[in-house]
Amino acid sequence: MSDPEGRRLEAQTDEGAQQLRPLSAEGVHRELVMTGGEWPEPDLDDTMIINMGPQHPSTHGVLRIMMELDSEMVVRAKPVIGYLHTGMEKTGEELTYVQGATNVTRMDYASPLSNELVFSMAVERLLDIDVPRRATWIRMLLVELNRISSHLLFQATNGMDLGAVSMMIYGWRERELTLRLLESITGLRMNHNFIRPGGVAADLPDGWQRDTLDLCDAVERGVGEYDTLLTQNPIWRERTVGVGVITTDEALALGATGPILRSTGFAWDLRRAQPYLAYDDVEFDVIYTANGDVFDRYQIRLYEILESVRIVRQCVDRMPAGDYRTQDRKVTPPPRARIDESMEALIHHFKLFTEGFRVPPGETYVAVESPRGEIGCYLVSDGTAKPVRLHIRGPSFYNLQSMDAMVPGGMFADAVAIVSSIDPIMGEVDR
Amino acid sequence: MPDDDTTDAAREEDHEVPVDDEVGAALVERFDGAVFVSSHGQPVVYVPRDAWHDVAAWLQGEQQFTQCLDVTAVDHLVDEARIVPAGVEAERYEVVANFLSHPRNRRIRVITEVPTDDPAVASLTDLSPGASFAEREVYDLFGITFAGHPDLTRILMPDDWVGFPLRKDDAPARVPVTFKGDPSPR
Repeated sequence: MSDPEGRRLEAQTDEGAQQLRPLSAEGVHRELVMTGGEWPEPDLDDTMIINMGPQHPSTHGVLRIMMELDSEMVVRAKPVIGYLHTGMEKTGEELTYVQGATNVTRMDYASPLSNELVFSMAVERLLDIDVPRRATWIRMLLVELNRISSHLLFQATNGMDLGAVSMMIYGWRERELTLRLLESITGLRMNHNFIRPGGVAADLPDGWQRDTLDLCDAVERGVGEYDTLLTQNPIWRERTVGVGVITTDEALALGATGPILRSTGFAWDLRRAQPYLAYDDVEFDVIYTANGDVFDRYQIRLYEILESVRIVRQCVDRMPAGDYRTQDRKVTPPPRARIDESMEALIHHFKLFTEGFRVPPGETYVAVESPRGEIGCYLVSDGTAKPVRLHIRGPSFYNLQSMDAMVPGGMFADAVAIVSSIDPIMGEVDR
Repeated sequence: MPDDDTTDAAREEDHEVPVDDEVGAALVERFDGAVFVSSHGQPVVYVPRDAWHDVAAWLQGEQQFTQCLDVTAVDHLVDEARIVPAGVEAERYEVVANFLSHPRNRRIRVITEVPTDDPAVASLTDLSPGASFAEREVYDLFGITFAGHPDLTRILMPDDWVGFPLRKDDAPARVPVTFKGDPSPR
């Protein structure tokens, strides 16, 4: 049992056909599995340009990739986006700050709560209001649950993209549980509109602790199963180890953040580096690896699920009592009971939801760590109830560019693995 | 907690002498016409348009700003209350870039004013290739061109689109929505 990797490698090298690639990125030497020998240099005079997508199932939506191929080898790849552009930044200029969260939550539909969080934090910074402690912890609980569901979605689709179709079912199994819990808390499975400027929309429901802890157990059990199914699986390793390698310098230059940057040995996580919410108050580890390949990005996301579970458990243990939204009447409507007995409260409620609240002039940029990397919100106000400019720095939008460093030189089939490992959400790329 | 009068006074002084941010102070020292402001606690520097590329190169080369996170723009055509610090001549567009320094764990935002009659600014893609998509997006939605960008084409809108949607004078419902039974275009 001393060297399981070595034994597995030996077992696989019969017939002289299967040679596993070395584990480290250094010295990853591509060898043709079937014929042996080196990769030929690409013949640039005889290339073919084909489109992958925008309807290809492994492009996670409507991503189109123009690829210049020399036989099976990708010489260049250019992502073409915009197929899901719905002008959400323009829409954001037409909506009040009260309505804004409904709009931004639809951008990154796999982790909507991160979008709501970053928007709400930007509005709160312009308003210069503080959020009660309980609201902060509820937000942290929710975005971590959302990180779990987002990474589970990645595990499921990544598995399916690479041919481990059963992984789709397993990943979906636990994701479904997570979404059910989010539904019981927020009322919706996705696009929750739950984190709003000033706090959250409602308090946690009765019995949320038990449900959340049950989910934590189920997710941990599930992650153990994925680990058993994939991590040491020779076919899985063959498809992922040493594929789509990116270095730290390339990732930084191309604006990549999140798991892609962390997979290059660069332990940067905004939750740790520039703590927001109550992340400086909970224990968790920043997961990072050194090789920068598809396998590492799979592994980072797998173990980040467990770190999120750790944070969620601490939230259950330590959820402070108090109010779930600020009592600043400028942004928070009066309580329901007051509306029945007070005309002024009714008017106040009506004004708040028809006209919204005014935000002092100014501009700000707020960034948080979404499951995909740094999501930022650049918000400009002119003192009215609608923003002059609402810009979301979508991590997928930038991460997609890191394909430039990963795809060329690899096989066509590797491109599928690489796109999958970037985990782009096209709703956020195109906005 | 100081009372309001002193914080206001301190804030006004910040406009004169930026002391609370070393990078901002060094930048104002280094580049003529750069103005430092503290926007809700975040360091922001307004720089002249012709210094745009030099500032980015200086931040990257000498101040360890490892990543250009974002390039975007704002159209201030119909602002009711525009805030421009003293010493900056307001133009219609602002191009905004966010930089992050991992080793120093700090951010800085650089803003430049871009006039209507010449909506152009230098591209940062040679320093930071990741700015490519962002600059294409700004070109696509605002019509601001980036000199030196290798592939300045539309990115989100269709290639044959006319107009720049995020400009404030671009009518949102210019293209009629043809739902069945729709009484009239908005």
